[in-house]
Amino acid sequence: MPNGTIAAHEEHHGHHHPALQHHFQDLDQQHEAATLGMWLFLVTEVMFFGGLILAYTLYRIWYPAAWAIGSEELNIYLGGFNTIVLIGSSLTMALAVRSAQTGAQRATVGWLIFTIVLGLTFLVVKFFEYKEKFELHHVPGPNFQFEGPQSPHVQIFFSLYFALTGVHALHMIIGVGLMSTITFMAYRKRFTPEWYTPVELGGLYWHFVDIVWIFLFPLLYLVDRSHHIV
Amino acid sequence: MSGHISPKSTYITIFGALMVCTILTVLAAFINLGNLNFPVAITIAVFKATLVVLFFMHVKYGSKLTKLIVGVAFFFLGIMLSLTMADYLSRGWYTAARGSTAAGAIVNISGPLTTGNPPLEPGAQNTSPK
Repeated sequence: MPNGTIAAHEEHHGHHHPALQHHFQDLDQQHEAATLGMWLFLVTEVMFFGGLILAYTLYRIWYPAAWAIGSEELNIYLGGFNTIVLIGSSLTMALAVRSAQTGAQRATVGWLIFTIVLGLTFLVVKFFEYKEKFELHHVPGPNFQFEGPQSPHVQIFFSLYFALTGVHALHMIIGVGLMSTITFMAYRKRFTPEWYTPVELGGLYWHFVDIVWIFLFPLLYLVDRSHHIV
Repeated sequence: MSGHISPKSTYITIFGALMVCTILTVLAAFINLGNLNFPVAITIAVFKATLVVLFFMHVKYGSKLTKLIVGVAFFFLGIMLSLTMADYLSRGWYTAARGSTAAGAIVNISGPLTTGNPPLEPGAQNTSPK
């Protein structure tokens, strides 16, 4: 045994947890490393969405009138509903992690399924919002149609609307896929209070996607409602 | 594993706070605060994000290294936003004839000077740094 620490560890316990990889001293260290890695990934995600939001902010400063007009085309009820759904899904996700921590395996599966259902609800609402935009020819490109002198700049607004919400929706789709895998693992009773890292890290990702929407909802749907600049 | 386990009541309280903030941000959007609408919306969003990061994402109970990484993320985001804004918002101060930072002035800088806006008045260019 090249590593005396591991040898001592195994001698002490006789065996180790099946999830413990040999290059870590114990599950605490492994969990700490995994959490750190997930956060490093989320740092890159912050910069990714940050760049898009920066583009949004710059064009908003340049074309405030087009932004006010474009913003009013978005359905505040659907956007608000989706905000509640997504924050609700963050609550169920947090409760899923808590259930995994306390060893409540059936509750973990239940909360994870609840989270997936809320995530899919968000995506279905988003689908109908997009469908309406396609029918109204508000999708940027050769078929874009918008009345009024602000039309070219409103097209830039809709470009950023689709870029921001599209990339966010893609993250949601990936998130639902991750959650389905984790739910299956939870159903197979893979998680114990000693090892539930996938639930915890999946939760970090899910909460991050929620945070992105917390910024997108006011920026896209709300922020120019009261101004009516024409 | 020695992860911190928050009571259910914590999560439900945070959820309630997030809901209240959502209602506040919607209400604030319908009141004309002039230039303040944008900062108010962003402030509420930052507050909500902070709640999620600290309690739902367990950073409050995380190691110092995790806290450092999270802090670094927002520090660099701040650098990207503030330095870019410092550039774009100040471009018109010296280069546009009427000291305007409006869209037209900025288009004029990036494109040929003869397109778009009327040409600069004689002498106006003297104010721009060489």
